Amino acid sequence: MGHLDTNSIFLLIAILGPLATGVVLLFGARFNRITLRAIAAFGFSCPLIIGLLLYSLFEPSLAGEYNFELRLPTGLESIGIYLHLGLNGISMPLFLLAATVGFAAGLYAMYSNAERLHLYLALLLCMLGGLMGTFASVDVFFFYFFHEFALIPTFLMIGIWGGAGRRGAAIEMTIYLTLGALLSLLGLIALYVQSGADSFSLLELRTYLTAQPLSETVQNNIFALLLFGFGILVSLFPFHSWAPKGYAVAPTGAAMLHAGVLKKFGLYGLLQIAAPLLPAGADHWFPWIVWLALGNILIIGLVTMAQKDLKMMLGYSSVMHMGYAFLGLACFSVIGAGGALLMMVAHGLSVALLFMLSTCIYHRSQTFELSAMGGLAAKAPVLAGFFVAATMASIGLPGFGNFWGEFTIFAALAETDLTRWIVAPAAIGIVISAIYGLRAVAHVFFGQPKEAFVARLEGGKITDMQAFEKLPACILIAGLMLTGIFPRIFSDDANRELAELYPQEQSNLPMIQSAALPADLEAPKEIKH
Amino acid sequence: MNELLVEFLRGFTATNEWAAILPEIMLGVLALGLLGAEMALPKKQQGWIPRLAIWGQVIILVATVSFAGWCHLEERSFFSGLIIQNDVSQIMRGFFLVSSILVCYLGKIYLSKQSLPKTEFYALVLIISAAMMLLVQSHHFIMLFVALETVTVAFYVLVAYCRTSQFSLESGLKYLILGALSSGILLFGIVLLYGIAGNPELVASSHDSLNYGELSNFILLNADHLIVRVGALLVIAGICFKIGAVPFQIWVPDVYQGAPTPVTAYLAVASKAAGFIVLLQLVGGPFIGLSEMLVPVLSVIAAATILFGNMAAVAQRNVKRLMGLSGIAHAGYLLVGVIASIYVPWAVYAVIFYLATYLLASFAVFGVMSLTSGVDDDQELDHYENFARRRPFLSGVLASGLGSLAGIPPLGGFIGKLFLFVAAFQAGLYGLLGISILGVVISIYYYFGWIRECYFSPPSAEVLQDASCSATASDRFLLGALVVATIVIGIIPAVLPVIP
Repeated sequence: MGHLDTNSIFLLIAILGPLATGVVLLFGARFNRITLRAIAAFGFSCPLIIGLLLYSLFEPSLAGEYNFELRLPTGLESIGIYLHLGLNGISMPLFLLAATVGFAAGLYAMYSNAERLHLYLALLLCMLGGLMGTFASVDVFFFYFFHEFALIPTFLMIGIWGGAGRRGAAIEMTIYLTLGALLSLLGLIALYVQSGADSFSLLELRTYLTAQPLSETVQNNIFALLLFGFGILVSLFPFHSWAPKGYAVAPTGAAMLHAGVLKKFGLYGLLQIAAPLLPAGADHWFPWIVWLALGNILIIGLVTMAQKDLKMMLGYSSVMHMGYAFLGLACFSVIGAGGALLMMVAHGLSVALLFMLSTCIYHRSQTFELSAMGGLAAKAPVLAGFFVAATMASIGLPGFGNFWGEFTIFAALAETDLTRWIVAPAAIGIVISAIYGLRAVAHVFFGQPKEAFVARLEGGKITDMQAFEKLPACILIAGLMLTGIFPRIFSDDANRELAELYPQEQSNLPMIQSAALPADLEAPKEIKH
Repeated sequence: MNELLVEFLRGFTATNEWAAILPEIMLGVLALGLLGAEMALPKKQQGWIPRLAIWGQVIILVATVSFAGWCHLEERSFFSGLIIQNDVSQIMRGFFLVSSILVCYLGKIYLSKQSLPKTEFYALVLIISAAMMLLVQSHHFIMLFVALETVTVAFYVLVAYCRTSQFSLESGLKYLILGALSSGILLFGIVLLYGIAGNPELVASSHDSLNYGELSNFILLNADHLIVRVGALLVIAGICFKIGAVPFQIWVPDVYQGAPTPVTAYLAVASKAAGFIVLLQLVGGPFIGLSEMLVPVLSVIAAATILFGNMAAVAQRNVKRLMGLSGIAHAGYLLVGVIASIYVPWAVYAVIFYLATYLLASFAVFGVMSLTSGVDDDQELDHYENFARRRPFLSGVLASGLGSLAGIPPLGGFIGKLFLFVAAFQAGLYGLLGISILGVVISIYYYFGWIRECYFSPPSAEVLQDASCSATASDRFLLGALVVATIVIGIIPAVLPVIP
């Protein structure tokens, strides 16, 4: 099955590179800063370089199979587990997302003033290695394994370098996420046992389950496990309460990687594994997903508006935007899934950027309290510019990837009579996110500075963004604009892959053919009406 | 009866069957040798005794493994069916030897802080180890009972070993009373089975009715007989005492807290493992005909054990009680594996794999506890405040041990849980799986709470002064080896010879 590729060795390096440098840094207490940064820089850049290389080598004609396949035995062959790596049209964008956000977070972390920096970087690198592994795994077991592996550094980083209330938040987040992970593990074991494939390889599971679909009840039960297990990990309403609190206290690097990338694990699992393998189950749970996703968008949207703390607001907004991805998934069509995928990538970039910028703001204002800030734009115009751009991206303004994600999801929802009504409440969400996003911009950067803040402003202690802050921000903004202007760099490959996995009959409409003209999208829709 | 005796005697003179239990004999000889050495060696040279005990066991371990290999052995019966040796018994020999070596090492650390007689400790540990090896080979209830009593009686002494400590004496007494009670229950069950299976009026009755094979045949044909059922239930209850399953867990926290830490570790790991292997053999052997009755009973016990152990551990601040209560929870997961083994034969290996990962992780934790404890040998969680700053190496060991117990990849405990869950799924035990998941989630709270105590406390000056513990190079080597083994098993599980 499949074909083995010499380039697959790069995949292994993309995972082991960060892990190995992480282990080296673990014992790097006595390294001086320059050595430390040099070693860390290698670890952080290695996945990005390899990701770009593999993207250029990606063979789209292999839709339905995997590029760069690698299969290594680990001693668990008897129960069908191999270290089976590979990339397809769905995992490639997320692989690149992880590499990009990892690189940006790493750059920012290398110059941060964290205590015990070597340990901080080591944990961040371990997390990055786990992330790369998660999205490069074809074997469902390793997909889970790498995710759990990336969770441990998150827990430690929040506990050691987190802000006030970190002890409680770290434990709460870990318990919540473990519950979600174990539920999804049960679902994956159920797939393994019930399919009769005796293998954890996604390809073999797919072969078995398309040849012999499971009975409807079994599908419903397994899908429920996966939906709620993965749902908890993606902060699906009402299982979201860990997210804002956790992100509010998490150190920047951990928040960027977790909110930006690791959280997408659950959606990716639903997109790549659960929905295609269990179509009847997905069909059965569809109304539930819609209502819960609307809960994410509307209820959490309103909660976000009520936040007074910048980081809590960002945490809630990241929960809210997951609702759109869930809606895209609920369409269970090529377009919907493609929109969800685009949304995941764009949201990952924008939320990571926002978390990073919020720390930049904190370094200048010494507070996250929105009402205590103001007038920062005068002293830090570049920071203001980045923050405004990131906010616009997360609201979904054209020109940024988020726009295409949301737009495609709406298009998919409008496709059938059954789901058309959802567009209206979902669109309200955009208004909500515009309100809180712009309000935050106004509070932080414009208006009159507050008293406590005035002294610092006038004392000249506040500078604009430094190079080490600008560079990661530029990388993330560039990613957002790239996906915003040329969504086809991902969507073409993803489309081919999704067409293999998702039913076609609902959607005669090809996914975004050209990003330039929204009219292209309107036209076929009118034909259908 | 006379005929039997003659046959038995002829059997063992004709073939030299004693060679089959050479490792156990060697352990016994080593134990006696230690006692002799204490008398023979001058006072200054007494330090050789623990070394003799440890290296002697290492040699026995190497000899056992190289002589017979690990697995894929033929199943062979000895002493007219008193014992049967197979893969499982051979693997468990290694298991018990490794754990008794580690207990001797922890004992050396513990005893160096106490003014107690030293040699007896090692001798008793060795005798327990030999008896447990025989216990898992037994194929006859007489053999089972004798071996089990040898283990239990030696544990009575070890639990109360610290004669000057009221705690130790109290827990010794509790263990004695409840242990005797459980032995009585077990024996009563055995007697009932003996009587009913020897009743010539019933089909398939046998004159050797305590032999597992004969009993298995009898029970298959008389599964509905009341006395058979009562007898089997009493036997199971007796074993459940040893493994600390609800509702027979009541002794666990007190005894674990009062016993010297190495003995606690021995009870938690080896004694529990022996109980589980016996349970596996009984449930899959003589009691196979009673599965219909045993599955619901064991399921209720497993569910209650998982929930009780985890919930009780949540509020616990004393680390030895915490280990005891979380050990009860682990017994619950293992019971799920035992139930699964009725339907899925390879679940036996899943249980053994879990026990092996449990051994490595538990000894890592107990090792750190032994090294850091003072003379009173009892610790609260507060003791570990800021531990990572004071003892970075030891807290790393502790964290990986606790992580493995919690089942976090890439540590061995995760693979152990995975195997158990897969087996339980194949056996269709969905309800128990749900409860296990719930238990694991609860366990995150107290295991990670302990790690949190080590790593996340704000630095404070007074605790930084504390220098009660010092780890020597060999301590570090041993603990490091346990951690490395835990990680390696988590990544390449095939290194353990028990992959299903």
